[in-house]
Amino acid sequence: MRPGFVRGAPYFMASIDAPAAPSRLGRILRQVGATLITLLITFVGLLAVTFIISRVVPIDPVMSILGERATEAQIAETRTKLGLDRPLWMQFGIYVNDALHGDLGTSIRTKKPVVAEIARYFPATLELSTLATIIGVIIGIPAGVLAATKPGSLLDQAVRLIGLMGYSMPVFWLGLIGLLLFYGQLGWVSGPGRLDAAFDMTMQFELTQYTGMILIDTALNGQWDMFANAVSHIILPASLLGYLSMAYISRMTRSFMMNELGQEYITTARVKGMPERRVIWVHALKNVMVPLITVVALSYAFLLEGAVLTETIFAWPGLGRYITDALLVADMPAVLGGTVVVGAVYIGINMVSDLLYRLADPRAR
Amino acid sequence: MIAPNLTWNQWLRDQNPTSRSQARMAQAYLSWLRLKRNPLAMIGLGITVALILMSIFANVLAPYDPITQNLAERLQPPGTPGHWMGTDDFGRDIWTRILYGSRITLYIVLLVILTAPVVGLIIGTVAGYFGGWIDQVLMRITDIFLAFPKLILALALVAVLGPGMVNAVLAIAITSWPPYARVARAETLTVRNSDYIAAVRLQGAGAVRVIWGHVMPMCLPSVIIRVTLDMAGVILTAAGLGFLGLGVQPPQPEWGLMISAGRKFLFEQWWVATMPGLAIFVVSLGFNLMGDGLRDVLDPRSSGR
Repeated sequence: MRPGFVRGAPYFMASIDAPAAPSRLGRILRQVGATLITLLITFVGLLAVTFIISRVVPIDPVMSILGERATEAQIAETRTKLGLDRPLWMQFGIYVNDALHGDLGTSIRTKKPVVAEIARYFPATLELSTLATIIGVIIGIPAGVLAATKPGSLLDQAVRLIGLMGYSMPVFWLGLIGLLLFYGQLGWVSGPGRLDAAFDMTMQFELTQYTGMILIDTALNGQWDMFANAVSHIILPASLLGYLSMAYISRMTRSFMMNELGQEYITTARVKGMPERRVIWVHALKNVMVPLITVVALSYAFLLEGAVLTETIFAWPGLGRYITDALLVADMPAVLGGTVVVGAVYIGINMVSDLLYRLADPRAR
Repeated sequence: MIAPNLTWNQWLRDQNPTSRSQARMAQAYLSWLRLKRNPLAMIGLGITVALILMSIFANVLAPYDPITQNLAERLQPPGTPGHWMGTDDFGRDIWTRILYGSRITLYIVLLVILTAPVVGLIIGTVAGYFGGWIDQVLMRITDIFLAFPKLILALALVAVLGPGMVNAVLAIAITSWPPYARVARAETLTVRNSDYIAAVRLQGAGAVRVIWGHVMPMCLPSVIIRVTLDMAGVILTAAGLGFLGLGVQPPQPEWGLMISAGRKFLFEQWWVATMPGLAIFVVSLGFNLMGDGLRDVLDPRSSGR
């Protein structure tokens, strides 16, 4: 018997689809549960990779903490403290447990917890890649749609070529050229860094840091001259990264759109006499948006990576610069901690986009 | 093999091929004709061929030595007689260094495409063919590697292994096999239950033989398309590692390294950083244009047409 059927009730009550609601909720919950388990497995796998990397490092962690002149007793004591005297699988267990509790070790360079340092650097990266993604979406989607409506046209070729150029450009070189042109020659934007040096004191002592993202913090504090200065600093790196993101988004939009425009419902809409503009920008685009969620999420995750090289060019105090600076002094806990965080964000973005995709597309539920 | 009264062209266009190799050649010829119609793809092919020729004949084409310093002529601007691309801070001719750098670039690309796709192909076909828990385990591992942003994992690996070209190649290869495994697995799943595989198995072929001789060839076209599209990415990653000082070491004329050296005087002597970047850009654009065209020709499903 169907669970919604009430014995003795009139027939029309039984036909009300009562169980649909709980079972749909149940299905979503099951999916969320399955996603979370996959997330956990992938995260532990990520930790396993960084753990293996950290164990094959030729640098002895004890020596790098104590220095060359440590006594035997000190070395033994530190080994015990770091848990290095235990079996490897137990060390891995401790490592995973610590990581899940938000402990990624201590930076050798600064002697501070890696997690606290990353928390300080991460907002700058987040701000940069978010702005870049916004730029990429605003330009990339319309460009891709327009290219798809007139395949083979000059516009289509142009979008394709500009996109492929974005795929082929070394991001650090693009940054240097951008600096040379827009900062050095034209003077349209400010140079490296997040703010002019004149604002350093205000930044440190007067500004209430709500989010760590300068554009938001200065706006919330009402510091508009500082806000304008921050904009003039972020606009160049964000536009360059946005270009890369646009290259990817416009290409994918074009191919999804081409696919969609070949569907029968589009023909039906056209035959009905619907204006072409509405067919493309409302009917087709709505369906293209669903797979685009994944694309935008991927490009967002990809920008985190592009940010590593961009940040070194623009002296941007973000996660990428944190990792590369740590690399140069062989500060492995910092490097691997940064790697874990970027990897975790990467996994997180992918999972969220997967969930959004399922929620947005009725066929995938 | 060719009947004497036929020209090559007629032999290739024959509607009734008499041998397997003729059919295969005819297929390749048709693909080539389609590729030729795409001007952008032909430009890409031209750039790639030029890169290969440049690297083979670097010692003939280059007017100077790529390593020897000549401090009397340091930082000459482009257009200086004898140095049309200018010189760097050690007075070395930038054009010469770019020519020799093409060898390093091509070498890195070759090493990566000879390792990563092979590993991916093996893992993907094995996972797809056997299915079950083998598939589960292998694909989980693949997913974990996919979860890493490539460059960051490569950075961490190079940090551990130590900087240098071989380690950079190793790091890039370790980070780039997972997509191949995914592609190969997907292709394997489509052919694994087909009749011809069943026929081979009934003849008593073992798993290794089936996978090697009958599954892998089916995966090759998709993998090859991916390889051409990935080559630009390999070049960019290698250049990025070089730029950070983690790849090829000075005084080798690696393009990324040359950009990083030119960074110090970007605003005064712009050409030192710009020229090698232009080389990277042109070469990866070439690979991308060619890969894009090849995909349209070989894989009608994803061409978006």
